[in-house]
Amino acid sequence: MEILVCVKRVPDTAENEIEINSEGNDIERDDLVYSVNEWDNYAVEEAIQIVDKVGGSVTVVTVGDEESEEVLRREMAMGAQNGLLLTDDAFEGSDGRGIASILAAAVKKGNYDLILTGAQADDGAAEVGGMLAAMLDVPYASLVNTIEVQDSKLKVGREVEGGNQDMYEIEMPCVLSIQTGINEPRYVGIRGIRKVASVEIPEQGASDLGIDASTVGEKGARVKRMDYFMPEMGEGAEMLEGSTEEIIEKLIEYLKAKGGLK
Amino acid sequence: MADIFAYIEHDQGVADDSALELLTAAKKIFPDAPVTAVVMGSGGDLDKAANDVAASYNAVWKVDNAAFSFPDAEAARKALVNILPADCVLLVPHAHLGMDLSPGLAIKMDSAFVPDIVDVEGLEGNTLKVIRQEFAGQVSAHVHADISSGAVVNIRPGVFQPDESKSGGGDVADKSGDTGDISVKRKYLETVQAEAGEVDITKSEVLVSVGRGVEDEDNIETMFDLAEAMGADVSCSRPIVDAKWLEKARQVGTSGQTVKPKVYMALGISGSFQHMGGVKGNPFIVAVNKNAKAPIFQVADVGIEADILEFVPELTEKIKEL
Repeated sequence: MEILVCVKRVPDTAENEIEINSEGNDIERDDLVYSVNEWDNYAVEEAIQIVDKVGGSVTVVTVGDEESEEVLRREMAMGAQNGLLLTDDAFEGSDGRGIASILAAAVKKGNYDLILTGAQADDGAAEVGGMLAAMLDVPYASLVNTIEVQDSKLKVGREVEGGNQDMYEIEMPCVLSIQTGINEPRYVGIRGIRKVASVEIPEQGASDLGIDASTVGEKGARVKRMDYFMPEMGEGAEMLEGSTEEIIEKLIEYLKAKGGLK
Repeated sequence: MADIFAYIEHDQGVADDSALELLTAAKKIFPDAPVTAVVMGSGGDLDKAANDVAASYNAVWKVDNAAFSFPDAEAARKALVNILPADCVLLVPHAHLGMDLSPGLAIKMDSAFVPDIVDVEGLEGNTLKVIRQEFAGQVSAHVHADISSGAVVNIRPGVFQPDESKSGGGDVADKSGDTGDISVKRKYLETVQAEAGEVDITKSEVLVSVGRGVEDEDNIETMFDLAEAMGADVSCSRPIVDAKWLEKARQVGTSGQTVKPKVYMALGISGSFQHMGGVKGNPFIVAVNKNAKAPIFQVADVGIEADILEFVPELTEKIKEL
């Protein structure tokens, strides 16, 4: 089975405190720790496990700049055989539709049975997988947390409310967006990273993909982020201050009063 | 002006809470325009749900087909493309079905897709101005969408007050004959119910809830010690279940359990909306987190900026001494 996994380089929100720059038009990116979008890591692991069972190969693709190559290498160190970097100045400022159309052009140049994306990324939009499927006119399932290969079809589980799971049979080729928890992404060691450090990763731009540059990037975007600001969300908590002992004393008073100690 | 529609989720004949939240959002975008509810389903349950929302919406379109008796976003997408005017604005809850349905629908209708909005600033010409959150809720963004060729807008559940005015009084129109071909390459099989766990956290009065800040599986024991000292049960956020450190039945959130405790101790939990969506009944929330900017401090009653791995053992000792 030929599997394409779409990945993205993002600031690691578990490791970083996100702050806004002085102009308010972007987050402060100096000193940020970047990594592979968490959901994408699960998607790559799932692809590798499928290929281990039924044969085939895994290609990881990203839309980004030169720095995005590092996430492709990381996922190749996990076990993906091929990488593909879609990069062009014309792609900058693309909205979800723009990103999906760039990916769709790359998919059409290949011969993939299955395309995986993460369920969402740092902007929480959860949009690229569904848009990509619609552009390719293939079936789609989002928030997938189990995949079982059954000949030319897949049996997939979608996460729904309350810990329940909706099961579907889906024909290939198809696009699935992968939810965290579907597997345990493998650890990538220094040795694995070294092994793929010198592998050449092909790059494709707008002209290679046959994309009209005016349909992507900032020009083609129908949805645009104007600026960032800090959210105002009500009063906020009463922050307990002082020595640890004083804080604990105060907290225990609260817990007693509110029925938190039995 | 574009026609405005709201996609209504319903279960066993009862419209979801989001039905009236979408109405509030719709009126904030188009204050004077009529809003039509689209209710898809099958049989008597569909009729009940359609009549239910007719009290609130100016008009209701019901779409009756056996294909909609179970969750089928693929078939729904095909039907909606045929039923809705091409340049309309459709509001959809940003929940499990909406995330499956909406992005592809926006492509098929050649509309803008505006995902997961938390507020509306207004409409200026063809520019819809909304507010979204990014980076796990740490920052907000002003977002402008060109809706000249229509839009699908996903609304975050729980952020808009429900419109309880019941000032719609609309008629229910049957659009079942207009769906066209809705055959799909994705077939619904069944819904698997969540397994019951060792404890039923939905019945717990006091919860010690553990998040990513616990860092390591071995540290979970420390949180159980605190829970035991308090007479509480242990629940957790999603990453703890993903790492298989605790079972799914202990997960609080929109994809886990909905809990209604008196006291909720959020330990090393950042407080994403998916997590807090599972905390109901207005409990007293204590948040302990080493990141002073974690969104949990905005919704908690009491906050402590500390590393839970250092703070919790000391707290447990003091409670034991009582």
